[in-house]
Amino acid sequence: MTRDIDYISKKKFMEELERYRKGSVTRRHFLNVTGLGAAAAVMGAAVPGLRPSPAYAGDIGDRVILATWPNYHDPANFEAFTEATGAHVQVNVFGSNEEMLAKLQAGATGWDVYVPTNYTISTYVEEGLIEPLDTSKLPNYDASAFDARYAEAGSVDGTLYAVPKDWGSTGMAINTKHNGGKPISSWKEFFDIARDKFSGRAMVHDYQLTTIGSALNYYGYSFNSVDEAELADAEKLLIDVKPHLFAITSDYQPSMRNGDAWLTICWSGDGKQLNTDMPEIYYVLGSEGGEIWSDYYAIPKGAPHMDAAYALINFLLDPAVNAKEVLAHGYPTADARTYDLLPEALKNDPILFPAQELLDPLEFGAAATLTDPNRAELMARFKSA
Amino acid sequence: MTQRTRNWLLLAPAGTWFLVMLIIPLTVVFIFSFGERAPSGGVVPAFTFEQYANLPARWAAFKNTMTLAPVGTLSALLIAYPLAYFLAVKADPKWKTILLVLVIVPFWTSILIRSYAWIFLLGGRGIPALLEWVGIEGIRLINTPFAVLVGIIYGYLPLMVFPIYVSLDKLDKGLLEASSDLGAKPWRTFLQITLPLSIPGIATGCMLVFILLMGEYLIPALLGGGKVFFVGNALVDLFLQSRNWAYGSAVAVTLVVVMLITVTVYMRLISRLGASREDVSIM
Repeated sequence: MTRDIDYISKKKFMEELERYRKGSVTRRHFLNVTGLGAAAAVMGAAVPGLRPSPAYAGDIGDRVILATWPNYHDPANFEAFTEATGAHVQVNVFGSNEEMLAKLQAGATGWDVYVPTNYTISTYVEEGLIEPLDTSKLPNYDASAFDARYAEAGSVDGTLYAVPKDWGSTGMAINTKHNGGKPISSWKEFFDIARDKFSGRAMVHDYQLTTIGSALNYYGYSFNSVDEAELADAEKLLIDVKPHLFAITSDYQPSMRNGDAWLTICWSGDGKQLNTDMPEIYYVLGSEGGEIWSDYYAIPKGAPHMDAAYALINFLLDPAVNAKEVLAHGYPTADARTYDLLPEALKNDPILFPAQELLDPLEFGAAATLTDPNRAELMARFKSA
Repeated sequence: MTQRTRNWLLLAPAGTWFLVMLIIPLTVVFIFSFGERAPSGGVVPAFTFEQYANLPARWAAFKNTMTLAPVGTLSALLIAYPLAYFLAVKADPKWKTILLVLVIVPFWTSILIRSYAWIFLLGGRGIPALLEWVGIEGIRLINTPFAVLVGIIYGYLPLMVFPIYVSLDKLDKGLLEASSDLGAKPWRTFLQITLPLSIPGIATGCMLVFILLMGEYLIPALLGGGKVFFVGNALVDLFLQSRNWAYGSAVAVTLVVVMLITVTVYMRLISRLGASREDVSIM
């Protein structure tokens, strides 16, 4: 993501300052051309006196705290939100749904908005950790605009707890430069090549669902299996692969980009971001299956800045804002209004919208995997082995 | 106010802190360690030794910690001693303050940021690229135990330098002259005068670094790529990923016990060393 702020010369700066003083240009124009606006936004977070004054319906406070995933938003949208409402967006990045759940179970996270994945929402409801949503505070939410497949997990027993953010798949990214220009197409190949030609160059997620799920796919088992014998096979494979891995991490873009790693389990949006900047990196789905998922915006119980939370979710659901989000993170949206605003090239992109026969074997994550003690302990054992 | 009340009042802040921040949490962890994992994570009270019976599943994490912590401490000592010696004995007094400040300068930046810098230095485009340039190919540094060791030594070196510096700085220079006047070679003076007198500094430095390393989490997490695992990393996983508080508590209690035993043995060794040193000096 590049932002085209050009540094201006001293002379030009003084001229602009003069024009602003004389009142011939607006404050916003001045801040924009000089780049001071961006600097002030950063400083504003630290210096209360510099925070922009609220220009939104009602005072929603000076901050909103968002718990989300890596590489998942357009920072310019947050700046626009701060500009419009006076609330600064503080972002906490996580590597797995398990970690988010653990933090919420421990209590007092201070989060206002978080981004749970489809299979976790029913557990949050059971545990009483999620706030039912009041749609009257979300005028930009239009249930009929969303594809039901990617929206249904947001409601539990008829109550709306979460609204769809985007959806995607979990496949693999491979730097084809190191494989004679050819991609691979299955989890079998993924784990075999990781122990052979790509030894020391492959990565798996620091996330039980996708790492164990992919190992299960290797044997042709269900991505969601909690069967003890099948999990034992998956563990054997993972332990065997471990010495050959470059890293166990959910933030794999930096190593793929700098060439340290050549192969990784990958979410489709990261695949899109990598492929856009480095066309030799391909994103492919495993022929045995894998995950299809949708993420949601939700408000945890006891969120300290409830008004700001609703304002942020509503802002991000605005189709024009959401379209910018899609351009930045590369995940398809379930919102038809946003889809219509996307450039044609993106609508036909095979990474965002794979062919139906590739999507068919994919599975939505199952709630059982989140709370299954064997999967949890398997992952922890694999990492500490 | 009697002397007694005054003493109690003066002790109260530290005592309360100690009770609330250490004794109570440790007791809670100890009680949790006999519990069981709740169905969706957390802990339910029980009285079972199941968690302790399951400890061998974290053997690798304990092994890594018990290897890299002493190796890291010793390496830091070997690097820190000559530096401290130079600062205390050899350096020109008018430069001393500046040199000491330079040792502290890294602390002005968070260890997190400095470890990130090492990610780039040790990554494929850092030192390995430089080595490739001079003809040494195929070197992988990042996400290896070596990378973690480098991070550890780098991060904890100042903690080793200062105690040793202090003990060497207090050293009576007259003793060195006396030794030399009595015909001892510089090397012998170092071994029989300087080194024994700096043992308190070495002991303090090693203790500081070793205890912190036993609980290390950040450096292995950043420079080990999730593959070089310390007990600290295993604990974070048990609480944040598996949400198995009972097992996590058992691992934590075990770590505390292992640490207490190691430190006790270490103190005994040091005090015995101190005692034998006195014997030597009497002779």
